[in-house]
Amino acid sequence: MYQEKLKIDWTTVGLWLFLALFGWVNIYAATYNGDQAGVFDMATFHGKQLLWIAAAALVALVVMFTEPRFFSNGAYIIYALVLALLVVTLFIATVSHGGKSWIDLGFFRLQPSEFAKFATALALAKFMSGIDVEWRQAHTKVVALLLIAVPAALVFLQHDTGSALVFLAFVFPLFREGLSGAILVTGVAAIALFVLALLVNKYILIGALVLLAAAYLFVWLNKRTTRDWLRAGAVLVCCVAFVFSVDFVFNHVLEAHQSERINVLLGKSEDLQGAGYNVHQSKIAIGSGGFFGKGFLRGTVTKADFVPEQHTDFIFCTVGEEWGWLGSSILVAAYVWLLVRLVNMAERQRSRFARFYGYSVASVLFIHLFVNVGMVLGLVPVIGIPLPFFSYGGSSMLAFTILLFIFIRQDASKNQLL
Amino acid sequence: MSDRYSDRSRVVKLVFIVVGVLFVGRLAMLQLFDPKYRQLADQQALRNVTQYPARGFIYDRKGRLLVHNEAVYDLMVIPRMVKDLDTAYFCQSLGITRDDFDQRMQKARKYSPYSASIFMKQISKEEYAKFENKMFRFKGFYISQRTLRIYDRPIAAQVLGYVGEVDQGDLDRDPYYKQGDYIGKSGLEKSYEEVLRGVKGKRVMHVDVHNREIGPYAGGVYDTLPVEGWNLYTSIDADLQQYAEELMANKRGCVVALEPSTGEVLAMVSAPCYDPNLLVGRIRGENYKKLNADIAKPMLNRALMGQYPPGSIFKVAQSMVALDLGVITPGSGFVCDKSLVGCHNHPSAQSVQEAIKMSCNPYFYQVYRRVIQQGKYKSIYKDSQYGLTVWREYMLRFGFGQKLPIDLPMNGVQKGNIPDTAYYNRWYGKERWAFSTIYSNSIGQGEVTVVPIQMANLAAIVANRGYYITPHVVRFYGPDSLRREEYNERHETGIKREYFDIAAAGMYDVVHVAGGTARRARVDGLDVCGKTGTAENYGNDHSVFICFAPKNDPKIAMAVYVENAQGGGGTWAAPIAGLLVEKYLNGEVKRKDVEKMYREAEPCQKLPLTRRVKKKKK
Repeated sequence: MYQEKLKIDWTTVGLWLFLALFGWVNIYAATYNGDQAGVFDMATFHGKQLLWIAAAALVALVVMFTEPRFFSNGAYIIYALVLALLVVTLFIATVSHGGKSWIDLGFFRLQPSEFAKFATALALAKFMSGIDVEWRQAHTKVVALLLIAVPAALVFLQHDTGSALVFLAFVFPLFREGLSGAILVTGVAAIALFVLALLVNKYILIGALVLLAAAYLFVWLNKRTTRDWLRAGAVLVCCVAFVFSVDFVFNHVLEAHQSERINVLLGKSEDLQGAGYNVHQSKIAIGSGGFFGKGFLRGTVTKADFVPEQHTDFIFCTVGEEWGWLGSSILVAAYVWLLVRLVNMAERQRSRFARFYGYSVASVLFIHLFVNVGMVLGLVPVIGIPLPFFSYGGSSMLAFTILLFIFIRQDASKNQLL
Repeated sequence: MSDRYSDRSRVVKLVFIVVGVLFVGRLAMLQLFDPKYRQLADQQALRNVTQYPARGFIYDRKGRLLVHNEAVYDLMVIPRMVKDLDTAYFCQSLGITRDDFDQRMQKARKYSPYSASIFMKQISKEEYAKFENKMFRFKGFYISQRTLRIYDRPIAAQVLGYVGEVDQGDLDRDPYYKQGDYIGKSGLEKSYEEVLRGVKGKRVMHVDVHNREIGPYAGGVYDTLPVEGWNLYTSIDADLQQYAEELMANKRGCVVALEPSTGEVLAMVSAPCYDPNLLVGRIRGENYKKLNADIAKPMLNRALMGQYPPGSIFKVAQSMVALDLGVITPGSGFVCDKSLVGCHNHPSAQSVQEAIKMSCNPYFYQVYRRVIQQGKYKSIYKDSQYGLTVWREYMLRFGFGQKLPIDLPMNGVQKGNIPDTAYYNRWYGKERWAFSTIYSNSIGQGEVTVVPIQMANLAAIVANRGYYITPHVVRFYGPDSLRREEYNERHETGIKREYFDIAAAGMYDVVHVAGGTARRARVDGLDVCGKTGTAENYGNDHSVFICFAPKNDPKIAMAVYVENAQGGGGTWAAPIAGLLVEKYLNGEVKRKDVEKMYREAEPCQKLPLTRRVKKKKK
């Protein structure tokens, strides 16, 4: 088969390799117990992770040798298969960590929700790259929303709220394709209002909102039309309704542990033994690292099992403790570098499919980074999702690698495509 | 490929970068600008285990062990680590009540929920053995080993002193000590604290979330080994000390025995004595209260802290001063004129030697008058001032009127009183007093007071014929046999040796010649030289005796003081001294009947005594 020479973006591949290997080093440190077994011991976390990295590299190689058309043409099929897998999971899942998201294959516990991300990204990219698809059309919005909502709902049903939230990532590629910026602003405003509603007396908050609306009408605007009055009034009513709904959501929609985690984050409760324990410990671990860190294998907090889940969701603690501010900042910088590079790569794609997919990859990785590191640093409520390429775990390592390398493959032969 | 929304890529990238910067800033906040987390990390992941060194042992002069150690165990708790505790079972294992448990936990929690504090002090080896195999059920508790003092021979309590927990003053003074450490509180334990305590060791253990020790932190580079305390080799003769304490049983008073040639303390007894084992371990607090409240003051070391009129023993010093000044000669005789000062019936003394033997009050009245009024000035007032100043200088050279240095804690040690001119000027006005005002000093009454160690030292000066070595209890210490030179200094009185020969001869006669006042101190085959004293006081007179033996090349010099005893120096103090000399020089006492009699006697008036003014003997 004729194959034009591929223009592989080695920087991205290099960043992937750096994150995977640095992650492995930290998994080794996080689970180190003094009398360490060999590096290749498959009974240990680091041994298994080495296997996952090798497997992921192999899968990446396979992806690189696959025709890029395979992914665009097969997007819906892959999407359908993964959805089916998610449904199956609901019935045959092994319960673990309070979630039902694992299928036990004997040698490997598959987490299908990890794979739902790239499948959704493919399907959505495929749909959005349709010849006559415009975001302005109402049916486009409905279909796009359904493509995202169905897998998200299935994941949510597995009690994996964190992974379900990741589907919010598709706001970014859609934004790039024409989704109103007002949606983003509204989203941020809603979060702010939610936090304020929890922290400030509701009536004071409503008073402030009324004042704000009045200021908009009488100070900001020179002339007030009926339309302005209606718009301001509608926004105000929505806001007030939202504020009053916060309590209800907080007490009845969210599960008790989720409400408590939010309370801890906002400093309303300091339950260092319970809900606040993880974050308190992770802050101790990171904060004790100082500028240069305590050095490889020298961490005292992470070594002593004070931080739970330290090789998976809280792996960043080990970086903070042993590599200090310097190492942590380099890691954050590496992620941001990767994200920005992915956006730049997406912009240079000649097909809308590849561009949309590239944005999806960057956004999914971004949400993971934001939630995971934000949680560990005590900026985001505790939501258990892995740090891409870094946390221990076969499913996530394979799924993220596939997610990334499909795009690298698209990028490598972008000039062949229309 | 660009389109109308291409610019939105910048917004997306901006969001990514802003979040990245936010994270780096937050990391800086946690890692660079807030030291709290570093401290918290060390607090919870590291456990500083102090390793207490064994305190040095204390030996007597023949290498017999006086003080050594026994292991005890402190039960430590880290309140935050206590989990799933079966409190009832725990209390039952320790033998404490639930209320007690709550109180102790409360106290520990108040100190710090994160760091270790003592839950229960000084669990004995036996109790610990019962408790040890249950420890795994009590998360958050662990055992720290300590040592306690133990005394196989319960003697010399006031000299050895006791060890107690550091107080705030100790903590402020010396950063070496931490809350809960032990420190010498009195006696040798205090004065040789730095020698005895050793150096604490430290182990920094890395503990995990379950409070299990994972291993030494950083491979043990921060660990230090404890250095054992050094031993003290004292000059105390345990047999003599014990015998003296037995003889002083049922009495109040003290015995100080010195080796004249070295200044070493052979025995130092302050009666009533107490068992030093009472002030060890968990029973200490209660016993301390009891001993402290006892009106007979068993914790007071009377040998250093008692202050008494010297009585007639002072006459020995008086005669030496007068002879050296040349105001009398060895052959001076004075009539026993009872109109001057009261006396017992005896022939008039024809020499200094006879005067000492007879302890003639009028004789020493005359002697002291010549010392005080030497005729240098016409005015008897000025003359007396001059005389008193000269006399006082002599007395200071005898070690009187000042804290006689000794290697024991000096706080509370008395100076005694050798009045100076300022003293009398204050009382009577300048040039308003003369010999006739202060003549009581001549026979060791009046304003003169001395401390028992000074009396023993006087005996040592006569034994040495004119000098003394600073008294000390410790001969040497540590593996290199160090000694504190300041306690081995030789002090000269500057008075001729031949005069002291006269004093020694007089003191020999006191014990051996008919008409001597201390015949009861005689020991067959030993030439004991002594001088009795009867110190007037409120209550009965104190019975005083100083002596040394043998007369030539003396091995022991001693002062014995029996408070408020019925009878003079010859009645109680002298025979006790005789028994002690016999014990020390002969190794055993043959006169069992005498021994029994004085051991069982209870001559001292019952306390409390109220002051009543006694008419001075005229």
